[in-house]
Amino acid sequence: MTRPIPKLRLRGLHARFLSSQGERSVLEDVNLEVETGEFVCLLGPSGCGKSTLLNIVGGFLAPAAGEVLVDGQPVTGPDPRRIFVFQERGTFPWLTVEGNIGFGLARRPGPERRERVARAVARVGLTGFEHAYPHELSGGMKQRVEVARALAVDPDVLYMDEPFGALDSITRLEMRAELLRIWSEARKTVLFVTHDIDESVQLADRVAVMSARPGRIRRVVDIDLPRPRDLSAPRYLALRDTLMAELGLAHGVRAITPPRQERA
Amino acid sequence: MTRRRLEHWGLPLLASAVLVSLWHLAVVQTGTKVFPSPAAVVRGLGELLRRGVLGTYLLDSLRRVALGTGLAVLLGVPLGSWMGLRREAALAMDPVVQWLRPISPLAWSPLAIVLWGVGEPATVFLIFLAAIFPLTTAATSAVQAIPEVHLRAGRNFGLGPGALWLRVLLPASIPDLLVALRITLGIAWLVVVAAEMLAVDSGLGYLIIDARNAGKRYDLVVAGMLLIGCVGWAIDAGVRRLERLRPVRWGFPEQ
Amino acid sequence: MRHLKTLPIPPTHDVSGRGLAGPRPLGLRFVGLVGLVLAWALAVALAGATPVPSPRRVAEGIWELVQRQVIFRHTVASLFRVTWGYLAALGVALPLGLMLGWFRRGELALSPLLQVLRPISPLAWIPISILWFGVGDVSAIFILFLASFFPLVTTVASAVRGVPEVHLRAGRNFGLTPAALLWRVVLPAALPRIFVGMRLTLGVAWLVVVAAEMLGVDSGLGFLILDARNAGNRYDLVMATLVLIGGIGVGLDAFMRWLQRAMDGSTR
Repeated sequence: MTRPIPKLRLRGLHARFLSSQGERSVLEDVNLEVETGEFVCLLGPSGCGKSTLLNIVGGFLAPAAGEVLVDGQPVTGPDPRRIFVFQERGTFPWLTVEGNIGFGLARRPGPERRERVARAVARVGLTGFEHAYPHELSGGMKQRVEVARALAVDPDVLYMDEPFGALDSITRLEMRAELLRIWSEARKTVLFVTHDIDESVQLADRVAVMSARPGRIRRVVDIDLPRPRDLSAPRYLALRDTLMAELGLAHGVRAITPPRQERA
Repeated sequence: MTRRRLEHWGLPLLASAVLVSLWHLAVVQTGTKVFPSPAAVVRGLGELLRRGVLGTYLLDSLRRVALGTGLAVLLGVPLGSWMGLRREAALAMDPVVQWLRPISPLAWSPLAIVLWGVGEPATVFLIFLAAIFPLTTAATSAVQAIPEVHLRAGRNFGLGPGALWLRVLLPASIPDLLVALRITLGIAWLVVVAAEMLAVDSGLGYLIIDARNAGKRYDLVVAGMLLIGCVGWAIDAGVRRLERLRPVRWGFPEQ
Repeated sequence: MRHLKTLPIPPTHDVSGRGLAGPRPLGLRFVGLVGLVLAWALAVALAGATPVPSPRRVAEGIWELVQRQVIFRHTVASLFRVTWGYLAALGVALPLGLMLGWFRRGELALSPLLQVLRPISPLAWIPISILWFGVGDVSAIFILFLASFFPLVTTVASAVRGVPEVHLRAGRNFGLTPAALLWRVVLPAALPRIFVGMRLTLGVAWLVVVAAEMLGVDSGLGFLILDARNAGNRYDLVMATLVLIGGIGVGLDAFMRWLQRAMDGSTR
């Protein structure tokens, strides 16, 4: 009867953009709940409004209708308890690795700040690069800086907007593994936007599949695979095919065994 | 490697030597009594040094440039950042800036003199006028060019307007502002000389006009000009040095 | 494309307030100008006995200058000097800049000279210029030549040096001779940056002509300012001329922008 309040609750979100052709609806009636400590992916083709959705959830944009609740409280703006991780270009180029990671800790006393920065540096494997500037680092390392900058302030929730989209495919695989390791250690709630089907199946507890124009959540798929995940397991491949079919991609080589459908 | 070295030093020296010789020959050939030869200019420099006015005049000019440009930075950078951040501010202020900018700072000199009299404040005011517009427009476009993600990241970590300006907008604009500062100091250096010809009785500009008016000492005129050139070059090289500092080097991709 | 509404957050946070996209309310464009004039009028009124004229007296001054027709003569004189000094500088700077940008050794040899000559205020040349050419138009044109030449030559040279190596390789690949390479690849590729330099330099020339006319001639807008001051402390006419100088400067810049766009259209 008394279900615990979900960490995140998106209720009837609508969004519209002004364009030269007038108003265009970008999101229509988006509903989603994310439990504490859960890893949820928003999966969809480019232009489906998933990034807009994440920016609304993050408090950077206001929806045309609907609301976002965190711990039952409506979101009115960005908050350091919920950190947004951009693609690697979100690092501040004028600060060193250390300066970037300590950015959100300015008000804390010096020793605590240094201790937290050192821990975050170690956690993302950047030891030895504390005094380097972002333009001296590779794309993957810049992305680690972004993740460490978020972890340093110890937020409850991470919003990640295609964080690995600009990386090469090998680095991307490494970063996914690292993100899962960090997530399992720190148990943050993660809302992760991607257009990469494999990425969503490898990372998420649940995948919300979005359709474009206007953006809607078509279906939420449970990824009922034990971790660490075996990328050649039949169940993995089946889930992948399910998502592909859901996105309207005629793959159809393997028979699709639809898993339990949670919400229409 | 050594050949490159040789070219690096030799070619400029050669070109300068050719130019100086041409200058010398021209003076000798025309038999002019007014225009000085290179040797006369060097003697003129020596004379200025011995009289001890060179240091004072140089410092006077530099102080005026520093004060005028400094005031322009203090006012122009916040104003320009604000215009870059707020579209309404940019729309409202842009016509004002565009109209005032093409007015030669020297054209303000009668007003400057009537407001402050002949002297230091009038000169500083003229240099301020020369520096404020390039700095303001540079600050505006620098802020407009900051990626949205940097502003969002700053707000996400809980920065208020003041902290956001100090910790995100300003450091992100600094490379562009340094470029603008270099251009602005060039203009200010150009203006201070003229302003000193019109409105004060010290400084390198005054030195030139005074040398001409008091006894047609063209050797001192040319010596003063060369000095102006060298100091201007040194200022430019100094600001270029700043561009190499590590926290701003990201804004200057290697050539 | 921007969001309909954003969260009620403090002004600097307002995402939609950035940049210049979206509709531009026309009225806003005048807010700054009107505010400036009002502040000026207020300052003059509050100061009481000040030689600085009120906006109204300046407006009357402009009308007087137009009616007496002096303004046209002086404007033409200033524009004449700017045009010839600027065009002469362009005629020398364009080929020289191309050469300096193209030949590394040429650049190496001449750049220290340019570096030292460039920061000499063109106005510092006035005594020399008067010595050589006497008081008059030629002297002023020489000053404008100097004011335009150095910025032009450096922008042309750096624009040529900035042409990407791949363009040159592609050109050579198609068997272009060096002359054809320069004409068909280097010049078109460098042209946009050269045009930006030309526009900025014309602005500098306009700044310098007024100053030069205050120091060495007996016509032009700069002279008009000094003359109005010297002949009876007519500060209303001084300010009137300032306003007109600003307006003409805006016009020159608009002309160069138009030219830039026109050229851009023809090269694409």
